[in-house]
Amino acid sequence: MIVEIGHFALVLSLSVALVQSVLPLIGARTGDQRLMETGTIAATGGFVLIAIAFASLMTSYVTSDFSVLNVFQNSNSQQPLLYKFTSTWGNHEGSMLLWVLILAFFGSLVALFGRDLPATLKANVLSVQAWILTAFLFFILLTSNPFERLDPAPMEGQDLNPILQDIGLAIHPPLLYLGYVGFSIAFSFAIAALIDGRIDAAWARWIRPWTLIAWIFLTLGIAMGSYWAYYELGWGGWWFWDPVENASFMPWLAGTALLHSALVMEKRAALKIWTILLAILTFSLSLLGTFLVRSGVLTSVHAFATDPTRGVFILCILCLFIGGALFLFALRAQSLEGGGLFAPISREGALVFNNLFLTTAAATVLVGTLYPLFLEVVAGKKISVGAPFFDLTFGPLMVPLLFAVPFGPLLGWKRGDLLGAAQRLYFAAGCALAALVCVLAFTGGTRVLTAFGFALAFWLLAGSLTDLFLKAAFIKAGWRTGLSRLLGLPRSAFGTTLAHFGLGVTLLGIVSVSSFQQEVITTMAPGKTIEIAGYTLSFDRIDQRAGPNFEAQAATFSVRSGGVEVARIESSKRFFPARQMTTTESGIWTTWFSQLYLSLGDPSEDKQSIVVRAWWKPLVTLIWVGALIMGIGGMVSLADRRLRVGAPTRSRQRAALAAGA
Amino acid sequence: MAVRRFFLLIASLALILAAVPAGVVVTPAFAVNPDEMLADPALEARARKLSEGLRCLVCQNESIDDSNADLARDLRLLVRQRIEAGDTDEEVIDYLVSRYGEFVLLRPRFDWANLALWATPLVVLLAGLVLAVVTVSGRRKRKAPAELSSAEEATIARITGERRL
Repeated sequence: MIVEIGHFALVLSLSVALVQSVLPLIGARTGDQRLMETGTIAATGGFVLIAIAFASLMTSYVTSDFSVLNVFQNSNSQQPLLYKFTSTWGNHEGSMLLWVLILAFFGSLVALFGRDLPATLKANVLSVQAWILTAFLFFILLTSNPFERLDPAPMEGQDLNPILQDIGLAIHPPLLYLGYVGFSIAFSFAIAALIDGRIDAAWARWIRPWTLIAWIFLTLGIAMGSYWAYYELGWGGWWFWDPVENASFMPWLAGTALLHSALVMEKRAALKIWTILLAILTFSLSLLGTFLVRSGVLTSVHAFATDPTRGVFILCILCLFIGGALFLFALRAQSLEGGGLFAPISREGALVFNNLFLTTAAATVLVGTLYPLFLEVVAGKKISVGAPFFDLTFGPLMVPLLFAVPFGPLLGWKRGDLLGAAQRLYFAAGCALAALVCVLAFTGGTRVLTAFGFALAFWLLAGSLTDLFLKAAFIKAGWRTGLSRLLGLPRSAFGTTLAHFGLGVTLLGIVSVSSFQQEVITTMAPGKTIEIAGYTLSFDRIDQRAGPNFEAQAATFSVRSGGVEVARIESSKRFFPARQMTTTESGIWTTWFSQLYLSLGDPSEDKQSIVVRAWWKPLVTLIWVGALIMGIGGMVSLADRRLRVGAPTRSRQRAALAAGA
Repeated sequence: MAVRRFFLLIASLALILAAVPAGVVVTPAFAVNPDEMLADPALEARARKLSEGLRCLVCQNESIDDSNADLARDLRLLVRQRIEAGDTDEEVIDYLVSRYGEFVLLRPRFDWANLALWATPLVVLLAGLVLAVVTVSGRRKRKAPAELSSAEEATIARITGERRL
């Protein structure tokens, strides 16, 4: 019954979305206030309906209702409760439902918080949102219905893929989707502006906070996914340049560019046309990512060809939206006002530089991901594009960009003083030089590239703080005045500094772990010890354990430093009978920001010893700490009063009116 | 038989993973094993370096250094055999390409077929740069206040003259 209610609610939400696709748009054309208002009601109502559908699917998972095909295929009654919840989106159908739920959620946010938007703009935006929603609801209902029943109902389910039975599945997909799908708002705003043929101040002020929200979620989602892969897959890699990862990284690169160009547009009314295009491209890359992951085209072109219904459906959605949006752009872009002027050396110029490199990087990742597919279809030739390609192309593109980051905030709008900015960065340059010399001395002059990597990281760290330090004028005004001035700075200034600082932290982690990682791979029997990075690691014992839906072989190690035990690490292998699969649970000990990472390999023939892989990963956690700082920077910036569009002014006006009356 | 079963496992796993939100990748990997390693650390280091750039043919974008697939193990042993036989790095790679095709290389070759791939970053960057320079400077010129025509000068002179009167 509950399942049928969910199914019904989903179908109903489709009809609501159809209404929302048309009426507000007509209202905006004809100036009919009531028709425009339907958008607000439909968007909130649609969200409630999809939430009901999602909740009913989740209920079937939690109660292990195996009469539902989807639940039977992806769940098991023995699973811990948390994984019963997360199983809801640990499969194709459920994750698509999460996708539309989040899409509808963002639509309802615009409906609820968009009271200060011009009525026609709001109506257009909501209609465009409904177009996307309609397309994906059709996709779910026609090709990937999660509510299909099974008769007779089996006694036991097939279990969730063991790799996914982790807290990571609870956090990573929702965060990632909030990011991916969040860019739909920027897209809808761009299309609405093109339909209207004008970009006004309200438009410019709205696009940035929405982009920022999506960007924060995407940043955190990608970082979370990276850490999850790092500890779950058992060999300590944190980024694989896998097509599925690239699918989420491309919208991030484009979205970061969008964030910066929206800044120029908001402050200086320049780069309007470019921002519109970037908003379209960012969401297009999100859609492309959905297509790549959902259609199975990545596994192989042939897998795609054998069951093409879903793939072709999403491909059609993709072509319709990207093609339509770009067509509309080509039609209308000329009629949009160009906007403010600026010299090449200026804050605007620096942000153009940022956009140039970020979009090139996104294009590089895009071509690298799609080229093997393209070549196979066109020339029938199979090639692979993997990590070495991206290291060679993406890496060099990042260097000039990262070098330029500290300059950006120090340049003035309209016309900047590059020499002056460089002079103010002497402290950062000193830090970078010191790092360079230290690393060279430490490695005996053998690791020049590494040394430059560290120098760049410290340049970023110190350089991003310089801006705040100078704005507070600590040197000129003294510490006390400086401090009060610092506290008085707008939050967005802190946001910028934090985000750039976080980038430096991530870079430091990457450079450190890729240059100074240590590795020991050996066969160990209980009682044996190995030495790694100054620690003595001894293999104490191995024992059998029973988990809720798995059996585990857990190995216990103790870590000694100078004869004193500092930690115990447990690493295990889990066998899941329902799927006949084994997973490794790596054992990790974190000390400061570095980690000692252990994973178990295969046992020897006589079962007396086992292959142990041990890694010392210096400063590895900084990679994710940096991303977290970037995300926090985004949140701080979002909390800036100036970004809360119009709301305070309106209440103030109302208060003034009330006082006057 | 074992290989076929493995293929099936990988294929089904890949399907499951394709149905899983982005970010999760590949199977748990167990990579290189101690019994495969060469006694000479210098040769072993070369083998590891080479392995990182070679694709495990049955996996999704995984190198043979990271993969636990049987086939990856076979390739790792093959690479080490060739190195022990005295092959240079290029010879090992050429040998593998002759056996398995270019698909085995995680870094595609610089050749005409891959021109579009390797040229993308540079072409996009240069095109973007040209576009940015043209638009920014073009707009500056267009918007720069034009010199006044003689008729306009005369009008101004007339107006200011009138005011002076």
